[in-house]
Amino acid sequence: MTTPEALRLHMPEPTGRPGGTTDFSYLLLSRAGEVPRPSPDVPASATAPLAKSLVRVLDEDGKAQGPWAPAIHPDRLRRGLRAMVKTRLFDARMQIAQRQKKLSFYMQCLGEEAIAISHAQALREGDMNFPTYRQQGLLLSRDDISLVELICQLMSNARDPLKGRQLPVLYSYKRAGFFSTSGNLATQVPQAVGWAMASAIKGDSKIASAWIGDGSTAEADFHTALTFAHVYRAPVIINVVNNQWAISTFQAIAGGEGTTFAQRGVGVGIASLRVDGNDFLAGYAASQWAAERARTNHGATLIEWVTYRGGAHSTSDDPSKYRPADDWQRFPLGDPIARLKQHLIAIGEWSEAQHEAMTKELEAQIVAAQKEAESHGTLLDGRVPSAATMFEDVFKDMPEHLRRQRQQLGV
Amino acid sequence: MTMVQALRSGLDVMMGRDENVVVYGEDVGYFGGVFRVTEGLQAKYGKTRCFDAPISESGIVATALGMAAYGLEPVVEIQFADYFYPAMDQIVSEVARLRFRSAGDFSAPMVIRMPCGGGIYGGQTHSQSPEAVFAHICGIRTVMPSNPYDAKGLLIASIECEDPVIFLEPKRLYNGPFDGRHDQPVVPWSRHDMGKVPEGYYKVPLTSAAVFRPGKAVTVLTYGTMVWVSERAAIDTGIDAEIIDLRSIWPLDLETIVNSVKKTGRCVVVHEATRTGGFGAELAALVQEQCFYHLEAPIERVAGWDTPYPHAQEWAYFPGPARVGAALKRAVEA
Repeated sequence: MTTPEALRLHMPEPTGRPGGTTDFSYLLLSRAGEVPRPSPDVPASATAPLAKSLVRVLDEDGKAQGPWAPAIHPDRLRRGLRAMVKTRLFDARMQIAQRQKKLSFYMQCLGEEAIAISHAQALREGDMNFPTYRQQGLLLSRDDISLVELICQLMSNARDPLKGRQLPVLYSYKRAGFFSTSGNLATQVPQAVGWAMASAIKGDSKIASAWIGDGSTAEADFHTALTFAHVYRAPVIINVVNNQWAISTFQAIAGGEGTTFAQRGVGVGIASLRVDGNDFLAGYAASQWAAERARTNHGATLIEWVTYRGGAHSTSDDPSKYRPADDWQRFPLGDPIARLKQHLIAIGEWSEAQHEAMTKELEAQIVAAQKEAESHGTLLDGRVPSAATMFEDVFKDMPEHLRRQRQQLGV
Repeated sequence: MTMVQALRSGLDVMMGRDENVVVYGEDVGYFGGVFRVTEGLQAKYGKTRCFDAPISESGIVATALGMAAYGLEPVVEIQFADYFYPAMDQIVSEVARLRFRSAGDFSAPMVIRMPCGGGIYGGQTHSQSPEAVFAHICGIRTVMPSNPYDAKGLLIASIECEDPVIFLEPKRLYNGPFDGRHDQPVVPWSRHDMGKVPEGYYKVPLTSAAVFRPGKAVTVLTYGTMVWVSERAAIDTGIDAEIIDLRSIWPLDLETIVNSVKKTGRCVVVHEATRTGGFGAELAALVQEQCFYHLEAPIERVAGWDTPYPHAQEWAYFPGPARVGAALKRAVEA
């Protein structure tokens, strides 16, 4: 009789911890321009290779390469760059305001700006995003969303359009195609599929776009959403933002080791792309591909956006406790803003001077907006929406028991 | 009409009136549902108005939320109330709170139908009555009819309601007014007054209880199957009980309850669900808050035992007419 081998539990670990250095060779990378671009109407199974490789357009010199290089007007690129810089400046400013206790909490999207902003360029008016808390770029890339109003939400003040009910960042903007952000994870993905199904049931032309992080793909709702999207060929894009970290949990604990999140999609029959999330051009091209597929009744696309969470998870988090401090600087896909700027300069459509002027202008705009928002109150000075309003919107019309409870509170 | 036919008629009427009404769930499409409620609707309205869903209650509710946010009016079926638990997060954190958290920017009016209750030898996974779970959630309405007329009228009112509604269907009442005497045949709805259901559109308002049986000696607060069991208990004991059929569990019609208890001075709360933390506890608390100085006896609670719903011991578990009758006697004799 031979002794049976003792079983061992596998425990995935990141390659770097504080004090050490991350070995990013765990990331499967492709060269810019290397990956083929199939027609958006191919069978989902034909995208299997694209779920493993990485769609990239910008090379190290900032040149656009290969079949995914989109035909995109420089105005649009400048618009994208502007939105990315605006988002980064806005985040930095709000981060400070949180430290000054003017808001209770904040979540920046440092390093991930290209994802939401390139995607927004590929969507149309009337489409609906079902975001997480890190897609503020969808709103900041629009001219019709007031910075003052966004900051009023963050400060939960008297002008907060959400009446002080939601944590900062959990915005809702129906008119901007931005679904109410839950705060519970993954719930929005099957909801987006339902919204897309409704659009198809009505013979409409609008599509939905769902957002989720690598960590929450472990939730059942994600897998349920993929099944429903496949079954009904729903006109939806399912975006998995793989920023390597879910608070302190490395993406391998969500199941990213030895596979990719994009491959989840191919397994259930959904076209899937793995995309350089820090490459604005690749992001725009992939989003366009997925949007065209959805709009022509070829069904859903899963896009895995490979990126790196440059900052802490939130203002309540301290990443120096669990990952090397220089990770982001060493991340092989670089900084999305620097890369698009380099490209625009390389094609003669931008300059350092223009960039500096734009940055100054945006900074002034954000400072002015913050000042105005603060004039309506901050969480610190207690000028928040009245307590009476918490009894509203629980139901369409206030039922008797809530009327009585409001009286009890004396408001 | 049976309750099944009445519910089908309610869906049919609303699908005919409003092309935004869509109906789906497990086995709901081609086959027409395991209890046949949606039979014929796919043939009549097409596959995009009435269809089968994957076996995923969370997916069914989540997609319904998305559809409602788009502007449709989904009426989804959870095959048994016992199966709704995977959808709990979507119901509690999403459907119920969408209007509140977005300050009215979005809302999710929908109806989530589910057969509930025991008496069919369904064991612990086909017999539960989870109404108290729903009543505890802020932002949804919970409804449970006790007869075909109310079932159709409440269903139409629920579909038209701008709040999400949990619509619980006591499956033991689908074919007739079961009064707890499991060893006797049930009178079919076709031979019962409450089986007379108009073909067309009508509503039974939400948040309105019915005085099912007027009486002077004691008030019985109940709903669903236990309305009929309570009536049987009143007949068997000869006690002049006033039976209030809540119909809407939450928000509820407190006025009708309070008026009755103030009149009789005695109150028995009856439900099939387990006792502890059951909705009866809320009813008892409301009655003592509102009617304490009119009460002449302690409030009685009759409920399922605090055990999982058993299979072979169904009738020992089920709070039948004998248990209700004993509570009525205690209440009037105290």
